[in-house]
Amino acid sequence: MKKAIIMNIQKFCVHDGPGIRTTIFFKGCPLSCIWCHNPESQSFNKEIMFNYEKCNKCGECIKRCKSKALSIKKDNIHYDSSLCNFCENCIDFCINNARNLVGKLFSVSKLMKEIEKDMIFYEESGGGVTLSGGEAMEQIDFIKDLVKQCKHKGISVAIDTCGYTSFQNFENIFNYVDTFLYDIKLINSNKHKKYVGVYNELILKNLRKLSDKGANIHLRLPLIEPVNTSDDDIYNLLDYLKDINISKINLLPYHKIGSHKYKKLNIKYDFNSMKKPSDKRLEEIKSLFKNNNYNVKIGG
Amino acid sequence: MKRGFNERTKKLREESIKTQPFISIERAKLYTEAYKKYEGCVSTPILRALSFKYFMENRSLCINNGELIVGEKSEKPQGAPSFPELCCHTLKDFDVMDSREKISFKVSKDARKIQEDEIIPYWKDKSIRKKIFDYMSDDWIDCYENGIFTEFMEQRAPGHTVADGKIYKKGFLDFKKDIQREIDNLDYINDKDAYDKLNQLEAMKISCDAIIIYGKRYAKYARELAENETDEKRKKELLLIAKNCDIVPANSPKNYHQALQMYWFVHIGVTTELNIWDAFSPGRLDQHLIPFYRNDMEDGIINDKKARELLECLWIKFNNQPAPPKVGITLKESGTYTDFANINTGGITPDGFNGVNEVSYLILDTMDEMKLLQPSSNVQISRKTPKNFLKRACEISKKGWGQPAFYNTDAVIQEMLNASKSIEDAREGGVSGCVETGAFGKEAFILTGYLNIPKILEITLNNGYDKVSKKQLGIKTKDPREFKSFDELFEAFKKQLHHFIDIKIKGNNIIESIYSKHMPAPFMSTIISDCITKGKDYNAGGARYNTNYIQGVGIGTITDSLASIKYNIYDNNKFSLDELLKAIDDNFEGHRQILNIVKNKTPKYGNDNNYVDKIMKDIFDAFYLEVTDRPNIKGGKYRINMLPTTCHVYFGSVMTASANGRLAYKPTSEGISPEKGADTNGPTSVIKSASKMDHLKTGGTLLNQKFTPSVVSGDEGLENMASFIKAYFTMDGHHIQFNVIDKETLIDAQNNPDEYNDLIVRVAGYSDHFNNLDKALQDEIIQRTEQSF
Repeated sequence: MKKAIIMNIQKFCVHDGPGIRTTIFFKGCPLSCIWCHNPESQSFNKEIMFNYEKCNKCGECIKRCKSKALSIKKDNIHYDSSLCNFCENCIDFCINNARNLVGKLFSVSKLMKEIEKDMIFYEESGGGVTLSGGEAMEQIDFIKDLVKQCKHKGISVAIDTCGYTSFQNFENIFNYVDTFLYDIKLINSNKHKKYVGVYNELILKNLRKLSDKGANIHLRLPLIEPVNTSDDDIYNLLDYLKDINISKINLLPYHKIGSHKYKKLNIKYDFNSMKKPSDKRLEEIKSLFKNNNYNVKIGG
Repeated sequence: MKRGFNERTKKLREESIKTQPFISIERAKLYTEAYKKYEGCVSTPILRALSFKYFMENRSLCINNGELIVGEKSEKPQGAPSFPELCCHTLKDFDVMDSREKISFKVSKDARKIQEDEIIPYWKDKSIRKKIFDYMSDDWIDCYENGIFTEFMEQRAPGHTVADGKIYKKGFLDFKKDIQREIDNLDYINDKDAYDKLNQLEAMKISCDAIIIYGKRYAKYARELAENETDEKRKKELLLIAKNCDIVPANSPKNYHQALQMYWFVHIGVTTELNIWDAFSPGRLDQHLIPFYRNDMEDGIINDKKARELLECLWIKFNNQPAPPKVGITLKESGTYTDFANINTGGITPDGFNGVNEVSYLILDTMDEMKLLQPSSNVQISRKTPKNFLKRACEISKKGWGQPAFYNTDAVIQEMLNASKSIEDAREGGVSGCVETGAFGKEAFILTGYLNIPKILEITLNNGYDKVSKKQLGIKTKDPREFKSFDELFEAFKKQLHHFIDIKIKGNNIIESIYSKHMPAPFMSTIISDCITKGKDYNAGGARYNTNYIQGVGIGTITDSLASIKYNIYDNNKFSLDELLKAIDDNFEGHRQILNIVKNKTPKYGNDNNYVDKIMKDIFDAFYLEVTDRPNIKGGKYRINMLPTTCHVYFGSVMTASANGRLAYKPTSEGISPEKGADTNGPTSVIKSASKMDHLKTGGTLLNQKFTPSVVSGDEGLENMASFIKAYFTMDGHHIQFNVIDKETLIDAQNNPDEYNDLIVRVAGYSDHFNNLDKALQDEIIQRTEQSF
């Protein structure tokens, strides 16, 4: 049976597409944006997050761990992920709830059951399900079945994608998806490679093809200083978008709210090198898009 | 900022909110004089009516400078008259009221002296409260004193009724004619009750005279003030007040202004005749006012500004009347100045059409501008309600002070049809108090007391013994360690429930009999159908419908407790019942592992999880079947509703720890909301869980929902809020109200993370559980939340 690894299912989402929605966060992403606020979404594997602030080093987790993945080192609880077999004992028996598992396997039918629970809200509000991540398109075999079933049940589907996938994958789901929430990070491919880890040609080409096919596209633009907020960045983007059909643009200013997660995953995060554009700059960028007749909004 | 539509209402509102509530001794004094004069010479109904008349003839009048609607419950705003015939306060009661930190009532030296010299000597052995406690059995007293249930009528009279449209079509001279017709038709040959009816009807007639006299006195007083008034504008207003009082309440109102004055005189009459729960309410005010509004607009004697100003004046009148002072357990169950006058706006008309009209929107504007706790204002939303109206209500509600509350008219009507009311009566009905369903102007729907459902489980788990009071309050249903299955435990719980409901209802029946014999309410009876045609008092079953409610409290707490036992002990063998009971006895101290499992690793109500929600349904059904359709002494039946006021705090304070990890003496869950912090799956899951309860079998349920401002920002946010409400109502949810998560809440969450596992915050394109963020980030969000206001 096809299974997907899911990071989180969030009900009552009102910012990821029209109406009241359930957002499914698929785990695993082909990109590695340096500003990523969901670092736990990058790996395709299960991970254990550890909240050092809650831990009082009682050692219960070490006692309960069957695979010796946990130990005391330098007065701290040390976790060796290579030894961990995700028995979840350390989570169950942590009286401080300092540990939690990210990544659960779902079959299509099990996920559909979760999605259908909020059917009545989709119907009242014109909402539906949003497939997000990580990158949902990376688990395309699963997604294919899922979107078909959603369509069959009358549930509207939005896909939040970075666009870094073979266009054939978009072809396969095109008829079942109502809205594409399409992320564009940078128009300059070299800079894209530098900050995101890959070049952007595939992403831009897919966007154009989706537009040509008549997709309903909402563009989502993360704005991070000093990465992508210069006049050049914006003008080049506007130029590229000239003959692409975009129904809505969301400007998503950078924030550091995800930084605690890096600590919990024990990953270094250089958040001092990036910041949110000033409110003034955001308004300037907004009006640049507005002047080009885009329906643009700051925030999700 | 001073709130108010114009300078007049700004000033009146300011005076209303700045005045300290006080005890007014005038009513007690006059009623005592009247009783001394008439007691023993006339029948009880007539004694009550003559006392009411004596009060109306002799009480002080009050016209506040600038006001356009007149009448106060006491000699001036914020006065709370006392009702010694019901509850004769001791001097100590007075001292406590005077000095307590919250909900205080100042007691003047004079008032204290009158209480000591005149009131206490006459009433201390005669009050209803004394009679009630004399007649209650030992087991009733034990349950009452130890928090199994509360008793609404031990110091306030049964009321819970609401006006319908008849007072806008008839004046009290007309009511007198109706009464006289019934007197003339009494059949002394065949009707054994004819003499009793005569007394009731004569009493009603006297109370009509009383209110007419009260109106005439106001007309005269306003003219006197006008004569001495130098300001020409005010002089004219006083003469207008006089003219209005010439017409109402003796005659039916002829215009919008008089309609409001008519209601207000009736309100004062009902709430000073007895100190009924809850105050009194105009019910479907928008529908009652609309013909006057339209006529006056046509005739050019009113415009929207004037109409709004008068509504604001009425709002301030409501706010001038604090709830009767409460003491003891009754204070704990409802610790507030709010007297629960609840105005129903929107809904549908008695003939089934959309009821939203021009006045409905004026009422929303008034509620928004006045921002007063009294009157409580709600909106009635049906399938036929225009979206624009719902959105306007959402716009006010998202400001986050809890009003308007949203009610599902279609559900409310079905609840009433299920209780055998006619469709027209159901449509003109609605909700009063907090969420209680009733047929306006035709029903006595009496709340009789809150029931502490989780406490009954606590007692079941101790074989009927209450570890807090150290008394055997329940029956012996076996040591729970001997139960072989969860079902056996649940059966024992049902037996205990039956035992306690029996005690409660036995007490209720005696109390209601006491009221029906000793405390008729002839004035209120005049305006509630069918007291006149039956020749029967409101308190004796004169109303067309007579419903008694028992209000269940703590469904979230008991559901999670039973789920915890089923999941951890019977289904998954995580620990034994003995271990859990020991942990509970120790208030989980030294049992952190068990506490963590029951608190954080066990399914909870409020997450759209069928395993737990089924248990909730089973508890609800047990409560429903135990209570519903039991007869009351008025010829009506018992029903349930699910609401707490502030009783969940009191009920929690008399309980040991619970199996769901709730610590000893902490509040239980409120209404039908999940246990604090138990709902971690977002608001849609809460209302999915809540709607698995069959709301249509109740007489009202209460659901609080909180949200962060960003969720409802902008027009999209408003649309989503409206859809959210409609989805709940499509699933037959009865009521929902919203609280905004403000800076204070977030700071509290930072300091008490355990209570806020459900708190999700959103910034830009990303949400997280507040508890998951580290302190610096929490601080950042707290700061941002402050900015967004």
